[in-house]
Amino acid sequence: MQLILEKRAQASRLMHFASPLLAITLTVLLGGVVFAAMGQPPLTALYIYFIDPLTNLWSIEEVLVKAAPLVLIGVGLSVTFRANVWNIGAEGQLTAGAILGAIIPIFFAEWQSPLAFVAMLALGMLGGALLAAIPAFLKIRFGVNEILTSLMLVYIAQLLLDWLVRGPWKDPHGYNFPKSVAFDGWHLIPMFGDGRVHLGLIIALVTALILYWVMHRTIKGFEVRVIGNAPRAGAFAGFSQTKMVWFCFLLSGGLAGLAGIIEVAGPIGQLQPNISPNYGFTAIIVAFLGRLNPIGVIFAGLLLAISYIGGEGVQIELGISDKTAQVFQGMLLFFILMCDTLIHYRVRLLKAKGGAQ
Amino acid sequence: MSAYEAIILTIITASTPLLLAAIGELVVERSGVLNLGIEGMMVMGAVSGFAMAQITGSAWVGILMAMVAGTAMSLLFAFMTQTLVTNQVATGLSITLLGLGLSGLIGSGFVGMPGIKLGYVSIPVLTDLPYVGKLVFGQDPLVYISLGLTVGVAYVLKRTRMGLIIRAVGQNHDSAHALGYSVIKVRYACIAFGGMTSGLAGAYLSLVYTPQWIENMTAGRGWIALALVVFSTWLPGRLAAGAYLFGGVWILGLYAQGMGMGIPSQLLSSLPYVATILALIVISTNRRLSVINTPASLGRGFVPDR
Repeated sequence: MQLILEKRAQASRLMHFASPLLAITLTVLLGGVVFAAMGQPPLTALYIYFIDPLTNLWSIEEVLVKAAPLVLIGVGLSVTFRANVWNIGAEGQLTAGAILGAIIPIFFAEWQSPLAFVAMLALGMLGGALLAAIPAFLKIRFGVNEILTSLMLVYIAQLLLDWLVRGPWKDPHGYNFPKSVAFDGWHLIPMFGDGRVHLGLIIALVTALILYWVMHRTIKGFEVRVIGNAPRAGAFAGFSQTKMVWFCFLLSGGLAGLAGIIEVAGPIGQLQPNISPNYGFTAIIVAFLGRLNPIGVIFAGLLLAISYIGGEGVQIELGISDKTAQVFQGMLLFFILMCDTLIHYRVRLLKAKGGAQ
Repeated sequence: MSAYEAIILTIITASTPLLLAAIGELVVERSGVLNLGIEGMMVMGAVSGFAMAQITGSAWVGILMAMVAGTAMSLLFAFMTQTLVTNQVATGLSITLLGLGLSGLIGSGFVGMPGIKLGYVSIPVLTDLPYVGKLVFGQDPLVYISLGLTVGVAYVLKRTRMGLIIRAVGQNHDSAHALGYSVIKVRYACIAFGGMTSGLAGAYLSLVYTPQWIENMTAGRGWIALALVVFSTWLPGRLAAGAYLFGGVWILGLYAQGMGMGIPSQLLSSLPYVATILALIVISTNRRLSVINTPASLGRGFVPDR
């Protein structure tokens, strides 16, 4: 028996939207098998993982808190991947944004005004964009593969943060813990009500809407899609590949940096060695699951946020390693890529060998 | 053992996992496939090798298991990218993410356990030779295997019909297909070989380099191996030299930390990553060299027309 692909005359619109749903279904099914293999009742575990987070206000809020950085980074990456530019160092850009943005609360603690908060956000974006500019520059100037450079910079940025919070930026009154001073007043992100949901969620949603508009209603969006799908056609149309690389890296880096400063000014409230549970890498899955479409990314971001909370849930209630979340996320990306084949191809099983050849 | 012997020994130990992972990827890329999943295959090799060695009490059974695990992950990649023609970059990333998660899950019960270390080779007389004995004849067996693999790959790629077919598939899959070679089968085989050596590289980490299981213990070595392949311009000899150079950088950082010269440890830890970027820049500035050897079909999917 042989599996063969037949190219569809036209990309299937149906599969374009059905593929993520199919991928989610397959992930849940295989997830049940994984739970069973670990000796857990699969249905109960799946319920705790996927449904429980949505059954009380506390965990819904927590899902929204986690969705904010995922959506913010994911929309930037969705545009970037659309243009066939591969920035996979968002985790590092997030870190760089957190570092640069934290300059205000650490060195200008007295400066308390709404403007200080805006400056923090701006510096955060700048930090992410600056780090992302390195792979962009190296790709354009020397033709260095951006995947490897952007990834190497993740390790470098994380080590830089580690050094800062254990060394020069350590809180002098912090009992020698590797943490900066706690941010305070206008250096913290405005919260909604007395919960944990903060302004970052609105920023993420608005950014997604703006980028949706850019991608589907402006010439820039058209340029991104043309260069991504057919670089030669893009060149004939006079679109610059070089400018596109810059645009993508600065945009996705800036947004990752923004997510970084929002995380430290929000849920965390200070700099510490560990500021992100791999948001920058998970956002890659978010971008693909969201069909590289900013609106789709919003939904995908919410789903991946649930996977984080669900992972914590099964850890607490069933005593399973919190790595479950990472496994589910990996499986999801796997299945989404697999199902995406169905957009362009029909899959057939050939019974006898050599029949069609 | 003198200090210089100790330093060279540690450099070899640090270089071997890089060489093992990179030599497999070199073959994969020569066949026109870009597998970014090395980190994931390696970490799976590390955890399953460690676990199996714990269960059976034998490092060799662990190593075998690691090779199986690496190959299994790579076959998943092969099925996706070759049979289903998915995007190779994204699929490789998914292998890495999946591997990092799955290894954490499998390894959660093994954290903190004292490991089983693979012994060193010992040949009577030869190993006891002064100065060179321990270095040349007293390494662990995997060091010799890694060097043997490098020589073997160089020979096969350059001198054999099989190597010619692999290169043809990587250079121009349409022509290779027209000549009657099964592009997909050749690529499957190369990807599986790459998975096997990555698994081996992982086992090296958890059974030789630091005989224990630590989460994410590959620490980016899979990515550095990928960079090494680019750095080597797809030539095995140059790859081995690059791997030892990087092993040297890694150890340099550790030694400098140990001496405590007041340099922040984080700066020294970042050396291999900085060196990787610099190496990529250096090699890319020489465009002629890179362009000549880059497999022309690298990263492009192939669907046979029928």
